[in-house]
Amino acid sequence: MQGLDFSVVAPYVDILLMGTWWTAILTVSAGALSFVGGIIFAVVVLYAPAIVAYPVRLFMWVFMGTPLLLQLFLIYFGLVQIGIDIPALVAGIVGLGLHFAVYNADVLRAGIVAVDFGQTEGARSIGFGKWQTLRYVVIPQAVRNTIPPIGGNMIALLKESAIVSVIGIAELVHSAQLAISETFRPFEFYITAAALYYLLNLVLEAGLRRFERNVEISR
Amino acid sequence: MDFSLMQRVFPFFVEAAFVTIEITALALVLGLVAAALAAAAKMSRSAPLRTIGTLYVSLFRGTPCLIQLFVLYFGGPQVGINLEPFAAGVIGLGLNIGAYMAESIRGALVAVDRGQIEAARTIGFSRFQTLRKVVLPQAARLMIRPLGVNTVALLKGSALVSTISVVELTYTAQRFIGSTYKPFEIFGIAALLYMIMVYAVARVVDMLDKRFAIV
Repeated sequence: MQGLDFSVVAPYVDILLMGTWWTAILTVSAGALSFVGGIIFAVVVLYAPAIVAYPVRLFMWVFMGTPLLLQLFLIYFGLVQIGIDIPALVAGIVGLGLHFAVYNADVLRAGIVAVDFGQTEGARSIGFGKWQTLRYVVIPQAVRNTIPPIGGNMIALLKESAIVSVIGIAELVHSAQLAISETFRPFEFYITAAALYYLLNLVLEAGLRRFERNVEISR
Repeated sequence: MDFSLMQRVFPFFVEAAFVTIEITALALVLGLVAAALAAAAKMSRSAPLRTIGTLYVSLFRGTPCLIQLFVLYFGGPQVGINLEPFAAGVIGLGLNIGAYMAESIRGALVAVDRGQIEAARTIGFSRFQTLRKVVLPQAARLMIRPLGVNTVALLKGSALVSTISVVELTYTAQRFIGSTYKPFEIFGIAALLYMIMVYAVARVVDMLDKRFAIV
């Protein structure tokens, strides 16, 4: 027992803030990927011919049933094995993005099915094509109705992003580990990192709440 | 696909899967106890208890599980807590999932119609009797599904304890990927075992849900 002394954190504030910044970048990029991927997966599962839809369903089923950490190992080491040498950061964004795309797809699929069929009939009867109906009428409504659960997934993504430190991405956990390797003060630095995550979480939650309210008004 | 390799290493993975089950089961018990206490604290009439419950739930839900494990396992010795990796894993995962489960339990309790409580109190039930005989039986049904979702999340989240060197399924997979350079084969085995466990839990939850459904 050596006692706690949070003043050891002071010289490393820059590094920790840099890590926080990278965690934010990681969350935003993986979040965007998971959103777009979620829409694509949902549409494919619902409307694509079986030969495309079934492999995607199988993929979703596997990714829902296995841990993110394991998936990251597959993506990071697997792509190298088949000759694609990507930087850890890209592997991390792709891994996080795909993992949450599957969860978003699940939500969006239900959202698309829940859009009143009269909307489709209306769009079709005024001459929209099938694709146009989906693109301009059904999906926008489905997305708006599923914003709260998708927001919940984004908050989960922020916290799960800590995991990508294991493949060596210099985000918040990793920068804390760097400081610990020099100071041997894990408690102080991990608590500081936790506080920074908590702050990021508050910011994201506030942003999502604001966004939800704006969408409500335009209804 | 190198099937002979998969066959050769499979027994190691089965053994590791049992460690994953063990950790998940122990963390589940701890999580349920923590969740019940936290839900009770959050709904209690005493303000300090409510603050403690709210703080616990908010802090453990607001920070990554990985960091919580690291604080406990690597930071613990600095404040006099020396834990084996396995024990740290169970406690860390249990406390983390407890915060989520507390919200599942509270959600179910709040969802019971107010009129039920008013009626019970009117016919002379005490507060405790109302809780025990009227609210809990109805809330228990509503809890099954959310707690099931939490349990599946816990099972998959248990992969995190590989980072504090508990030799469970993901740790074993990581080691074999490193030594064989066959990520797809190794992922295939580990994924198969995880999915058997995950979908088994999902089936049990389905069965419980049906068993206790009204109608």
